[in-house]
Amino acid sequence: MNTQYESVIGLEVHVQLKTKSKIFCACSAAFGCEANENTCPVCLGLPGSLPVLNEKVLELAIKVGLALNCRISERIKFDRKNYFYPDLPKAYQISQYDMPVASKGFLVVEIKGDGGVLTEKRIGITRAHLEEDAGKLLHEGIKDGSWVDYNRAGVPLLEIVSEPDLRTPEEAFQYLVSLKAILQYLEVSDCNMEEGSLRCDANVSIRSIGETKLGTKVEIKNMNSFRAVQKALAYEVKRQTKAVESGEKIIQETRLWNESKSETFSMRSKEQAHDYRYFPEPDLVPFSVASEKIETIKKSLPELPKARWDRFKTRYGLSDYDAYVLTSDKILGDYFEACIQEKADPKLTSNWIQSELLALLNAGKIAIGDSPVKAKDLAGLIRLIGNNTVSGKIAKEILPMMFETRKSAETIVKEKGLVQVTDLKVLEEAADRVIRANAKSVSDLKAGKKQALGFLVGQVMKETKGKANPKLINEILTQKLPIQ
Amino acid sequence: MELFRLTIKQAQEVVRKTPKQAGELLQALTKRIGQVDSKLKAYVRFNPNHIQLPKRSDQNAPLLGIPISVKDNMVTQDWETTCGSKILKGFVPPYDATVIKKLKEAGATIFGKCNMDEFAFGSSCETSCFGPTRNPWNVDCVPGGSSGGSAAAVASDTAIAALGSDTGGSIRQPASFCGVVGLKPTYGRVSRYGLVAFGSSLDQIGPITKTVEDAAILLNVIAGHDECDSTSADIPVPDYTSFLGKNVKGLKIGLPKEYFAEGLNPQVERKVKEAITVLRDLGAGCVEVSLPYMKYAVAVYYVVAVAEASSNLGRFDGVQYGLRAENSNLRDMYFETRNQGFGAEAKRRILLGTFVLSAGYYDAYYLKGLKVRTLIKQDFDRVFEKVDLILGPTSPTPAFKVGELTSDPLAMYLSDIYTISANLAGIPAMSIPCGFSRDGVTPPLPIGLQLMAKPFEEGTIFRAASAYEQATKWYEQKPKL
Repeated sequence: MNTQYESVIGLEVHVQLKTKSKIFCACSAAFGCEANENTCPVCLGLPGSLPVLNEKVLELAIKVGLALNCRISERIKFDRKNYFYPDLPKAYQISQYDMPVASKGFLVVEIKGDGGVLTEKRIGITRAHLEEDAGKLLHEGIKDGSWVDYNRAGVPLLEIVSEPDLRTPEEAFQYLVSLKAILQYLEVSDCNMEEGSLRCDANVSIRSIGETKLGTKVEIKNMNSFRAVQKALAYEVKRQTKAVESGEKIIQETRLWNESKSETFSMRSKEQAHDYRYFPEPDLVPFSVASEKIETIKKSLPELPKARWDRFKTRYGLSDYDAYVLTSDKILGDYFEACIQEKADPKLTSNWIQSELLALLNAGKIAIGDSPVKAKDLAGLIRLIGNNTVSGKIAKEILPMMFETRKSAETIVKEKGLVQVTDLKVLEEAADRVIRANAKSVSDLKAGKKQALGFLVGQVMKETKGKANPKLINEILTQKLPIQ
Repeated sequence: MELFRLTIKQAQEVVRKTPKQAGELLQALTKRIGQVDSKLKAYVRFNPNHIQLPKRSDQNAPLLGIPISVKDNMVTQDWETTCGSKILKGFVPPYDATVIKKLKEAGATIFGKCNMDEFAFGSSCETSCFGPTRNPWNVDCVPGGSSGGSAAAVASDTAIAALGSDTGGSIRQPASFCGVVGLKPTYGRVSRYGLVAFGSSLDQIGPITKTVEDAAILLNVIAGHDECDSTSADIPVPDYTSFLGKNVKGLKIGLPKEYFAEGLNPQVERKVKEAITVLRDLGAGCVEVSLPYMKYAVAVYYVVAVAEASSNLGRFDGVQYGLRAENSNLRDMYFETRNQGFGAEAKRRILLGTFVLSAGYYDAYYLKGLKVRTLIKQDFDRVFEKVDLILGPTSPTPAFKVGELTSDPLAMYLSDIYTISANLAGIPAMSIPCGFSRDGVTPPLPIGLQLMAKPFEEGTIFRAASAYEQATKWYEQKPKL
């Protein structure tokens, strides 16, 4: 008999919190500066220097904790995690060990089923704790050794650890999408995996279905996109299943994902794991967070994806799925609402964004925030469709031109003479010409073959170079050629 | 009087009257160093060219034109700071410690960097990579440690005054051995920013001076809240000189019986008891008290302090600054750098600290240590409900011989038995001279008396110490060099 296996997955997400200065000093936390430009004795860990907590960091962490339905710790305490590495200037990282700022929360994740049906799944959040980022080793183009850039050292990080509640690599992907959406709505992080402002490690084990005990877990690192996380997990589940099926034991270890080879390989085993010798950071005195402060932060929380999703459905009459897609990315949702502000029809806008605009953006690998067609311009185009100035068909030709030239729809319509023909006289003359030239179809239609009408409408459209209003042509032809 | 013999108070008057004298004062000290420091090695480096002659507009600066020496674990901008360790040789900090900044703002000249036990690990000033400092009263003896260089400099009049740091007695024990005044302020009273950390929850910078008055003047300058040090207290700083010259009538002094028990040298005991009589005669009330958990202080200290030290010293890894043993392999570079750079005592403490924090041992050692530390603190809280001050010996013995305890670390650790608990409890404590031990053969050696008070009540210590000092004037006696 074949045993059926399920995978058990938990994710650790490191998010860089978007603050002006670093977590324990006044240096800029900006990305992309000259190497070691943003450093001082504190973030360089020079002898004698001492950390001082940046209050803004705590505020952002509490925000995330509340949005993830966590309990916020009454006492804020930091610990030292000791290990040696050249990117870690003090040979310890200031982190939180036994008293994370937030714990015991959950995140509701939408799992996409067959036919786009969404089902909800609640994923537990074990904890979220604050820590400082390390520097970065530079190897490229350097002979005889490496250099260290400490700009990133001391940039605030929030590590968000999920419960092992995820069951498939797809669920893990969806969890990341939902988490990122919340972080974006809170405006606490850029969530840019390429710039490293969001990083994800995954823990995965397998067990036979029905089993309640956890299997031996493997940690995988080095994934640089949500899709890579999904792929690495899928690979790892397959690898572990194959191993178990052939009677091997899974070794507790850390493995690295190799994107180009699409496989994981072992980095270190449990025996080689570090003993971090955590102990309370004596340079930072533990302190209490006033409950009023937490209340104030709670009140300041913005509308989160779930609430916006519901609002899009009730206020704009969008379908469950459309509203979900538009709200799962804050900037996309903002774009949609900006169109509505410009008096575009909500349903039309939803369709145009999801089918036409996103297709163009994806093809050009452009983020919605950088779209060459701004919301007010898309709204302009949709208004032209709504008031019959252009047909949908023509509009589909106009949008790529707008994309290309960054001109408004009105301008393009004017320049190219694309205004829809609604002049009855012009249309009737065109219809007459078509009737004369297509005797066969005309008699078919009169004989009751309704599909001939479609053909004739198409011919009139051709005659008018696509600018005719199809509804009007339909009426004219039906009037001129009554079915006998 | 020779200029090098001046106290801060006297130097203030001299420089105020004749600003030009500041330069002469510096020359006198430089000359004095040339005469006596080759025997003592109190300094690891000094700079006679640092002086900025006072300008008229600086008239309010309390240390105007006065040279102050500092222990070599306080970072000085653009001036090498080594902590007595080979691993930091050549390290030139890009910033000033807060105390250095404050001294400079007060008009002082940072005159010299004093020798110390490597990273302040020691009680004899023998573990420095620059070699041992000697006691000015008897060069065969140690000056105490770890701030031995600072204490020897002040005692030998090669410094007007100095700063030391105290993690378990490192200001008070050398002050006691060298016959000078040494104050460890309340934890949080003086900023630690720029003090190379040993035991972060215990370290405190304080003055080592010729007189109690000088200690008050210097503490006035260096005390206060610092935004760069989260552990510094945001509590107003009183004028400590206002506590001087007052009587001690009605002051209640506790004498812990544990401080006068087995292991206390008889001559030390006699001198401390004579001091008690003096204070009684001046009107203070003395009662016996008990600090039952004090017997665990040394043990707790050597868990907590070394744990913090092992972590604090991780940064000396050859990557950014200091010594690097070049190696193409990162692991070997770490091993070799730290092997060559650290001395035996530093290695011993790093190993101990790493052990007590290791998985599986943390609860048994570090966590338990923290719990006992709390009990020791509570001991003091209880006693301070009844008394204003606690009095006892600073060290169980006068200065011992160079090399006498180097092969017996435990005996060395026990020389801090009376001083460590003040660090664990975070309370202020001062050592002041209370006489000499005489055997009739070797030169007399100073003995220190320790006064401890409630947190942030340094003023009470100054009041009693000043009254006692004026009644005894031990500071008038000088070593023959």
